[in-house]
Amino acid sequence: MNAQSTTEVIRPWTQRRPCCDTSETCIQVQGLSVHYQGQQALGDVSLSIPRGCITAIVGPSGCGKSTFLNCLNRMTDMIPGCTVSGNVRLMGQDIMQNGTDLISLRRRVGMIFQKPNPFPLSIRKNLTFALKHHGMKRRSDRDEAARNALCQVGLWEEVKDRLDAPAQDLSGGQQQRLCLARALVLKPQVLLLDEPSSSLDPVASGVVEDLISQLRGEYTQVIVTHNLAQARRIADHVAVFWTRHGSGQLIEAGPISQVFDDPQHELTATYISGLRG
Amino acid sequence: MFRSPGDRLLLGSLRCVSVLAGAVVLLIVVFLLIESWPALRSVGPMRFLTDPSWHPAASDGGGGRFNLIPMLIGTLASTLGAVMLATPVGIASALFCRFYAPRRIATGYRRLLELLTGTPSVVFGLWGLQVLAPLICQWRPPGQSLLAGVLILTMMILPTVALLSESSLNSVPRAYLRGAAALGLSRWAAIRSVVLPAARGGIITAVLLATGRAIGETMAVLMVAGNVVRVPQSVFDPVRTLTANIALELGYAMDIHRSALFVSGLVLMVILTALIGVTEWIGGDRLDA
Repeated sequence: MNAQSTTEVIRPWTQRRPCCDTSETCIQVQGLSVHYQGQQALGDVSLSIPRGCITAIVGPSGCGKSTFLNCLNRMTDMIPGCTVSGNVRLMGQDIMQNGTDLISLRRRVGMIFQKPNPFPLSIRKNLTFALKHHGMKRRSDRDEAARNALCQVGLWEEVKDRLDAPAQDLSGGQQQRLCLARALVLKPQVLLLDEPSSSLDPVASGVVEDLISQLRGEYTQVIVTHNLAQARRIADHVAVFWTRHGSGQLIEAGPISQVFDDPQHELTATYISGLRG
Repeated sequence: MFRSPGDRLLLGSLRCVSVLAGAVVLLIVVFLLIESWPALRSVGPMRFLTDPSWHPAASDGGGGRFNLIPMLIGTLASTLGAVMLATPVGIASALFCRFYAPRRIATGYRRLLELLTGTPSVVFGLWGLQVLAPLICQWRPPGQSLLAGVLILTMMILPTVALLSESSLNSVPRAYLRGAAALGLSRWAAIRSVVLPAARGGIITAVLLATGRAIGETMAVLMVAGNVVRVPQSVFDPVRTLTANIALELGYAMDIHRSALFVSGLVLMVILTALIGVTEWIGGDRLDA
């Protein structure tokens, strides 16, 4: 066990990655624009997000990264005065249409926030109550699903004896993993991660990062991050956003090695070399 | 710890003010005890519960009769009725304001509730006397009744429940709502499973404060409840509350009668103290969310 985890640590990141299936597009974004109170926040973004991969969204503050992420599960609907135009297809299905069932969309597209936000309920209830609302009638089924999700995020051993304790007694890193489990328990296809480790200490941040890496292949993940090193460590693809003419725009996107080693755009080159942004 | 002269001055004056505030409450209790002592001593506490009636001024033979039970029941029944009506309506108002109403309507509604909180109780009483009691009288005479008292009290404590509940709902972090929405929960499911449990402590405090207000309310109830000293058999019967009893009789009460009225005051204090105790007890273990 011990030896195994040691080799785990020293193995280079390139070999540790489970492969992702780049041949299929999971989310296809076409001409996406977002306005807040008439003010353009995101202009004409087109991006295809491959299935099973980790796509990092990077760029300086205020360039529309989080706004972009919020469009993918229509959380933008909750922001007063926010209008979205353009086309977002999830596995071929247009999710921007008026009749879209938001409840089932958000079950398919889970979201993790920058600051861990476990509900002020017990650990168990944090995981099970959404299942209950979504119609999982039997308590034993819900408990089983909760257990699986906790195992998936490596939290089961840490909390199995205190499932009925308040979730807010957990440490920051544990809370964030609980939030991840809370999303996973609904068996989503896509995970949207909005700077999931930026509010955590370096060790907890590393744990969450490894977890995201391990979920590659099984889930399509889109992660907003300020941390270029993190993007480089875990992402397969990267999209660089930048503020131009007062609104956020996508300036370059592609496989991680291509964008980082051979950036096509001048701003990308200065940004990743740490000169700007 | 380092303390500058300014700090010391502030600390000193704060201590003085706190002692003063505490002393006032203590003095009130002591005063009530002293004033009610003659009645408690010569009549005895039990007779306030077991006497056949309330005739405190009667001078035939064995002196007055001091049964407080009808008034106690009047106070508890009108308070309980008002709280049971105002709690669901108040929480519903708060939820409407916080989560469903368009901003402009919510603001207007909130102003209206604030105005209602500040309305003098005698104005409620006038309205109840002129409008509410005759309405009830048309349905079931005499009109001035427990029901009228309950309805007036409901209107008076409703804004307290609504405004305090709303401020408790407001203190629930938005992150919970976003988190719940991201899990595909409907607005109502999020409110029921996350927001209300998180705001529970504040809402319970709101209800208990409103209960305190209902127990202590005198004027409005006095004007609409009929004030007959009798245990009500239905909501259409007139009742007299402990507070109304004091206000009605203090003007002419003498000796033991006067002292007996202070016993009513003491009973009110005991009820309120118990209520505050319950508030502390429930509010103490609320989740800090």
